[in-house]
Amino acid sequence: MTTPHPALAGVDQALQSLADVGYLASDEIATTVYLAEALGKPLLVEGPAGVGKTELAKAVSRAIGADLIRLQCYEGVDEARALYEWNHAAQLLRITAERDSHEHAWESLRSDIFGEEFLLPRPLLAAIRSEERVVLLIDELDKADEEMEGLLLEILSDFQVTVPELGTITARHRPFVVLTSNATRELSEALRRRCLFLHIDYPDPQLEARIVGLQAPGLDDTLTQSLVRIVGALRAGSLRKPPSVAETLDWAQTLVALGAEQLDPALVRSTLGVVLKHQDDIRTATSTLDLDRALDG
Amino acid sequence: MPSTAESALGDRLVELTTSLRDHGVRVGTSEIADAARIATALGLDDRIRLRGGVAAAMLRRAGDREVFDRLFDLYFPAAPGRRTVPQAESVDQLREQLVQALADNDAQTLDDLAAAAVDLLGEVANGDEQQGYSSAQTISRLQPQRAIAAAQQQSRGPRGEGSGQGGEQLSDRFDRDELRARVAVFRRRVEAEALRRNTQVRSRERVARFGVGSGIEQRDFLSAGTKDLDELRRHIDPLARKLAARMSARRAAGRGAIDVRRTLRRSLSTGGVPIDPAYRERRRHRPDLIVLADLSGSVGAFSTFTMLLMQALHAQFRKVRAYGFVSSAAEITDVLRDAEPGAPLGIWARRTREFTAHGTSSSYGTAFRGFVRSEWESIGPRSTVLILGDARTNYGDPGVAHVAAIAARARHVAWLNPEPARMWDTGDSVAAAYGAVVDMHECRNLDQLRAFVARVLPI
Ligand SMILES: Nc1ncnc2c1ncn2[C@@H]1O[C@H](COP(=O)(O)OP(=O)(O)OP(=O)(O)O)[C@@H](O)[C@H]1O
Ligand SMILES: [Mg+2]
Repeated sequence: MTTPHPALAGVDQALQSLADVGYLASDEIATTVYLAEALGKPLLVEGPAGVGKTELAKAVSRAIGADLIRLQCYEGVDEARALYEWNHAAQLLRITAERDSHEHAWESLRSDIFGEEFLLPRPLLAAIRSEERVVLLIDELDKADEEMEGLLLEILSDFQVTVPELGTITARHRPFVVLTSNATRELSEALRRRCLFLHIDYPDPQLEARIVGLQAPGLDDTLTQSLVRIVGALRAGSLRKPPSVAETLDWAQTLVALGAEQLDPALVRSTLGVVLKHQDDIRTATSTLDLDRALDG
Repeated sequence: MPSTAESALGDRLVELTTSLRDHGVRVGTSEIADAARIATALGLDDRIRLRGGVAAAMLRRAGDREVFDRLFDLYFPAAPGRRTVPQAESVDQLREQLVQALADNDAQTLDDLAAAAVDLLGEVANGDEQQGYSSAQTISRLQPQRAIAAAQQQSRGPRGEGSGQGGEQLSDRFDRDELRARVAVFRRRVEAEALRRNTQVRSRERVARFGVGSGIEQRDFLSAGTKDLDELRRHIDPLARKLAARMSARRAAGRGAIDVRRTLRRSLSTGGVPIDPAYRERRRHRPDLIVLADLSGSVGAFSTFTMLLMQALHAQFRKVRAYGFVSSAAEITDVLRDAEPGAPLGIWARRTREFTAHGTSSSYGTAFRGFVRSEWESIGPRSTVLILGDARTNYGDPGVAHVAAIAARARHVAWLNPEPARMWDTGDSVAAAYGAVVDMHECRNLDQLRAFVARVLPI
């Protein structure tokens, strides 16, 4: 086991350090973050959209005062984008410049143009070569093609990379690695085995209310409670896209901007578009909460 | 040298793993080692943290968590001395306390009350051997759902002219659902408590094996009850998304072939040296999906799953058409879109003319024939056809030739059969005959559906 960073040296410390940098973790999130640090294992975070997966990695980097290096995955992301690439244009210029001077033999020219100077490190290599410890966020890995997992497997098992022209580079500090996935694709068992697994679900009402209090200050307590309750009710219904924490926050900010004092059907109806993105969902919610009818009494 | 405490811990983790495997959760050996390091790092004092930590090492998907928690609670029970079970003398008293706790949403008290309820109402003793505790008996005597109405009143507080509170509140429109959800949690606590107590009179292994049902991943679609519906839906939705992503993925991953013309053009800027090759863009494939589902009585419960799957697919594919059949096939795309999830599709179909033109029991032959005749044009070289059914033809003509014709025309045809493979070709099942012309897959539970989505479907 490696020595954990003092900010993450126990579950309670992790809870506190994350809260200090604006991330209100559940007890389980804090536990898993601490364990990832203590065991030196990558953390694979899954969960619905907008529950704070990406934000968790950012918060860890703030908490341990390390830079965040982010590899945003997308369809077709490849080694050249993820690991490193040679700067072809600069190499070519050098070749052209040296072509006429016969002082340089091809051999030495070749070792020249495949030197550090012409290397373009991408996130994975940058994380491994970093002088300081970093947090490496591999975001939305499920969007990348499956080959990407093969590459990651190698890197995550011994934190070293071989660049044929330069040799093997080993990480000076083992990065804190966070992989996130929205589960649009099944990740390989081999990769999952390398990681600690954390499923982040929607926070419980108390925690969500605290998150609102932190990120959308200015909304009074009673209103916050009502808001969180309605969001919970919407999640329990059968919507195409249930509202996430991100949407709760957007809604809270909207209510602050409107100077709302109480949630009544008309106000909910007119701001529902902030929380629900599908027309179908707006229709469903309007009818289950009977929003076209004012409150009795 | 490991102390006895450490090796006892190791043994417990191994037993937990064995039980998890019995319940279909795959846990490897290196995960046990990680779990042991985790237990050392966390200590054993805080059970809830320990449970979360061990889960992080052993589990790979959220759907396994419920079973995991159940089993973990058996192998790592709360220390008996540390529980203070509130005393309750009668059912009425217990229910009164329950009303209050539900109204206050007081999780700790609900937990304690579950223990008290099992203590007071759960004991079964039919002969010395059979002694133990039953959650079903506890629930049926306590009837916790009967506390909902009172809890609702309680939590709304006094209303009316004098009370300062106005009339209706917005939350009145959903607080019943909140209370129902709390009662559901309470029931699970009762179940967990009954299991825990049974381990004091029976072996842990027996309780784990027979007392803990399968998790949602392994639960049979054919036996899924209405209470599993929401949970099933939550798991099927992301699978539908995966299916959509997989089907519309580029043919093969990675780069396409080198585009010679563009590479040469680019090389002009580098003195004619083709240093920066251009790759041909792969064309995205626009899939269309046709689902053809057996809605007959023999797959009654399966049609709930069928419906959830089709509704989920609907949200993901722009072009998806759904057809149902009993003895004749008819399109149900619009019906599905507007139906409540879990509406009794099968019952409706068996009473509706379009699906029963040749009788109310299933007749695959006539259904396939009619489908091929009327929908031939909508099947194209880009279509993927998914057939859902148990291949039980009532000893009628299976119409294999029609299925073969669909297979020849469509890009891909897959058949999902909700019956265990060992039942295929028994009685009136003609699975093998269809299996000769299309790929048939056993699809009894989420685990198998997941495997189908992840690996089986060719891109
Ligand atoms: N526990 C939390 N404490 C503070 N803020 C949070 C918390 N959880 C979520 N948020 C806020 O919610 C928003 C959404 O979070 P984030 O973008 O990290 O979600 P995500 O899970 O990565 O979503 P996606 O799957 O769409 O990428 C952010 O603005 C973040 O600040
Ligand atoms: Mg994100």
